[in-house]
Amino acid sequence: MRKYYDEITRIAGNVVSITATGVGYDELAVITSARGTSLAQVIRLEGDQVSLQIFAGTQGVSTGDRVRFLGRPMQVPFSDDLLGRVFDGSGKPRDDRPDVEAKMVEIGSPAVNPIKRRRPDFMIDTGIPMIDIFNSLVESQKLPIFSVAGEPYNELLARVGLQAKADVILLGGMGLRHDDYLKFRDTFEKGGVLGRTIMFIHTAADPIVECLLVPDLCLAVGESYALQGKRVLCLLTDMTAFSDSLKEIAITMEQIPSNRGYPGDLYTQLARRYEKAVDFDGAGSMTLLACVTMPGDDVTHPVPDNTGYITEGQFYLRNGRIEPFGSLSRLKQQVNGKTRDDHRAIMDGCLQLYANCRETREKRDMGFEMSDWDRKLLHYGDLFESQIMDLSVNIPLFEALDRCWDILAECFEPVETGIRRAIVEKHWPKEMTREEKEAEAATV
Amino acid sequence: MKYKTYKNYYYRGIIVNGKIVAVFGNMVVAEAAGEVVQNSVGYCCRDDGAKLLSEIIRVRGRNVDLQVFEETRGLKIGDDVEFETDMLSVSLGPGLLGQIFDGLQNPLPQLAEQEGFFLNPGKYIPGLDQEKTWDFTPAVKAGDTVGAGDKLATVPEGIFQHEIMAPFTLQGQYTVKDIAKQGAYKVSDKIATLADSEGREREVTMRQDWPVKRALAICKRRLMPTEPLSTRVRIIDSMFPIVRGGTYCIPGPFGAGKTVLQQITSRHAEVDVVIVAACGERAGEVVETIREFPELTDPRTGKSLMERTIIICNTSAMPVAAREASVYTAVTLAEYYRQMGLDVLMLADSTSRWAQAMREVSGRLEEIPGEEAFPAYLESRIAGFYERAGAIELNDGRVASVTIGGTVSPAGGNFEEPVTQGTLKVVGAFHGLSRARSDARRYPAIDPLDSWSKYTGIIEPTKADRAKTVLKRGNEVKQMMTVVGEEGTPIDDFAVMLKAELFDNCYLQQNAFDEVDGATPPDRQKFVFDKILEILDTDFDFETKEQARKIMFEAQDILRTWNYEAADTDEYKTSVEKLDKFIAAKGRE
Repeated sequence: MRKYYDEITRIAGNVVSITATGVGYDELAVITSARGTSLAQVIRLEGDQVSLQIFAGTQGVSTGDRVRFLGRPMQVPFSDDLLGRVFDGSGKPRDDRPDVEAKMVEIGSPAVNPIKRRRPDFMIDTGIPMIDIFNSLVESQKLPIFSVAGEPYNELLARVGLQAKADVILLGGMGLRHDDYLKFRDTFEKGGVLGRTIMFIHTAADPIVECLLVPDLCLAVGESYALQGKRVLCLLTDMTAFSDSLKEIAITMEQIPSNRGYPGDLYTQLARRYEKAVDFDGAGSMTLLACVTMPGDDVTHPVPDNTGYITEGQFYLRNGRIEPFGSLSRLKQQVNGKTRDDHRAIMDGCLQLYANCRETREKRDMGFEMSDWDRKLLHYGDLFESQIMDLSVNIPLFEALDRCWDILAECFEPVETGIRRAIVEKHWPKEMTREEKEAEAATV
Repeated sequence: MKYKTYKNYYYRGIIVNGKIVAVFGNMVVAEAAGEVVQNSVGYCCRDDGAKLLSEIIRVRGRNVDLQVFEETRGLKIGDDVEFETDMLSVSLGPGLLGQIFDGLQNPLPQLAEQEGFFLNPGKYIPGLDQEKTWDFTPAVKAGDTVGAGDKLATVPEGIFQHEIMAPFTLQGQYTVKDIAKQGAYKVSDKIATLADSEGREREVTMRQDWPVKRALAICKRRLMPTEPLSTRVRIIDSMFPIVRGGTYCIPGPFGAGKTVLQQITSRHAEVDVVIVAACGERAGEVVETIREFPELTDPRTGKSLMERTIIICNTSAMPVAAREASVYTAVTLAEYYRQMGLDVLMLADSTSRWAQAMREVSGRLEEIPGEEAFPAYLESRIAGFYERAGAIELNDGRVASVTIGGTVSPAGGNFEEPVTQGTLKVVGAFHGLSRARSDARRYPAIDPLDSWSKYTGIIEPTKADRAKTVLKRGNEVKQMMTVVGEEGTPIDDFAVMLKAELFDNCYLQQNAFDEVDGATPPDRQKFVFDKILEILDTDFDFETKEQARKIMFEAQDILRTWNYEAADTDEYKTSVEKLDKFIAAKGRE
């Protein structure tokens, strides 16, 4: 029989202090107020004073309210009944269906022993040429999408979710707009993957503390699946909202801020979550794709900056396209040598030509005269942008590589591409005979 | 659940008990019932029996602040704390080489065997294998006199004869009362008895402990570091050299290739032992090293590269206080091997994470913050750490060294921040990585215009300066060209720009993934550098810019091909001939 405590001594921000004994650090509690009940977590012990972070916020909490300690840290149920379900940031169902009765797992498990990690070497097909060809996504990779508000980053995330062929998809929404959440749900439903998706959604209207728990809940469930040998894909959006919640709590707790108000342990907090991406030696894997909106499109802002130091590369999403320069998948070398012999050559060749094209565009904009070579580059750039870079393009890797060759052949002579001769000879599209051209025209 | 603790293995001295009175993050405040020692070890005893290793970092009256090296989840007010009198120490002895430790010297492979996938709090394993036996050969006999750090015996450890030394804590001269006979012993077996001048006896084992935060340097004197240390990276060895016993730092934004550069260095550096401290960085990178090194051969010994390497890894997801300890653990191991007369290179990746760990602890102690909330003592801590590098003359006259190279991860890639600035003040060489160079795929992305070194390397300083001048001039011309265009640039300036490009493309840049180009031995560097200098010094009398570009492209082509050719092959010789002919004819057919 657990005791109730009712001597609340301090209410500030989302934190309540109460006089209590025998409480463990990080332990969970339930606070019952006139507004209903809420979960709370112990974030500081000092003598007989226990500081609790109230998940639902402290609005309406009275100094006479009752607190009951649960004697365990935050847990999340784990079973296949979770599939297809939607929960909020405190783990309660959000879809008007009953609670899940299942084995509970603790959130925030210890770090994985590096000895038990494999070197990742399995490519994830996304159907997006800018990822598949130029910065391949690798199983167990942790990769953020750096973007700004207004860009279709959630759509991109949903598309990867649909096409990645993962056993289990986890979606963690933080500070999400309600219609974005509905959009995710509809996309997954239409795509037929809702049955293997679990969502933890915190919308912008929900209490801020619940936002902090979303990644932990997702990752705890994901890790449990990975330990069962499943291939898990975890999608998190938006990690900037998560960091802002961290900031808010830290300021309430009167911690000294380090950079633009963010707490000094921002790096550690983010790393502990991102490092959950793993390829277990002898079990499954978890891949982590996260959206990070950059305030003011500034990559040196503490959130994208710290993220960049933690993750294995980054995608920049700008003007509705994945930017080829700056985007980087640090693990691509582990997989792109094993797909097709022209993969790396196309990756380097096409990008170099596109870089040249951008230079030429600058020259053109400054009023310099265009040479024949410049005109070729400009033509190439237009084709490359519309047929490869555009986010609506959805084709498998080999087809995308073939399409690159077609574009190259339309714009350049083989020697102008800068690609090794042996590769060019093997893959350069053959001239079509007149009959073939006519046949093609007839089918169109 | 039964927990095994450090205690049986490490414990010496008195235990003082205490009770927890506050918990906040990884900070615990406890009330001690007796004397405690600053920076000594304590254990917070969770009520399920787990004992969490901690360190005393502040004492105020009866209240003792401890930083806990584990997650504090589950600790309660009133839980027991056991204080010991020893400071946080590492075990020194045979069996360290080739190991993979966490920041507190727990061997990770053994932990994985015992615990499975996760690093559970409160689980510790001795750093040295307690059961393994070593082939012991005494080097002294009864009646000999020895002092701290003197050789007592040797045991073979992989590629070396590991020296068993007299305890580093000895004061004055001791007489050897007895020493074990040749044979096989475990690290904790008694192998000798020493007696001081008053006859007090002391038993000695192959293992000795040393506190990580105290420098270990038992020597006649410290030497001025002058001997170049080759990393086989051309831009480092030729332009911004490092020396044995020196220090250097590599600051750079994310994605500029800090870690790759450290990995290359750990592979090719011409030293006896390499100690890699992966401090607060990605686990994936450590995994790469762990999986790759055993399969790579060390060209110097013909054995696996792992046999000369120790990895200390405290990745970003591991507890933050242990991160602070990990660089000290690493440097203490480096100093230990230096005492055997070896040259050791210690690489720390990244010192910013170490500084951030200090910041977190300082914040919890509610100390008055300095710049960007880093503690006021940040600079002195950084200086103290780098000062543990150095070349020394041991008491028996041998020269040995510890070289420290640390990466720095400045926020936003901006070097005007406390950790970078604090580091630049105390290191001997600065290899600044630039985002512009890495974006342009110019690897290694060390900026040749910003970087510097106070050391003299394999290339004569006057020669290196000549090359630097060309680079500088070339850069100026390039800047100008963006304004006035190619048409408005005088042909002489244009030629300088092309020469600078050639030097950059064919010498400073290196393909890390190619076996030959990835590692250039010092002799070859000197030879190639002289040839390139000849080209830089040649007045080509270009008539048109097209001609200039064509001729210099040709030179680049010859040089680049040459870079990929293994020494003493026919192709290598042909390339040299071609180049000589090219220089003689000033590029004309």
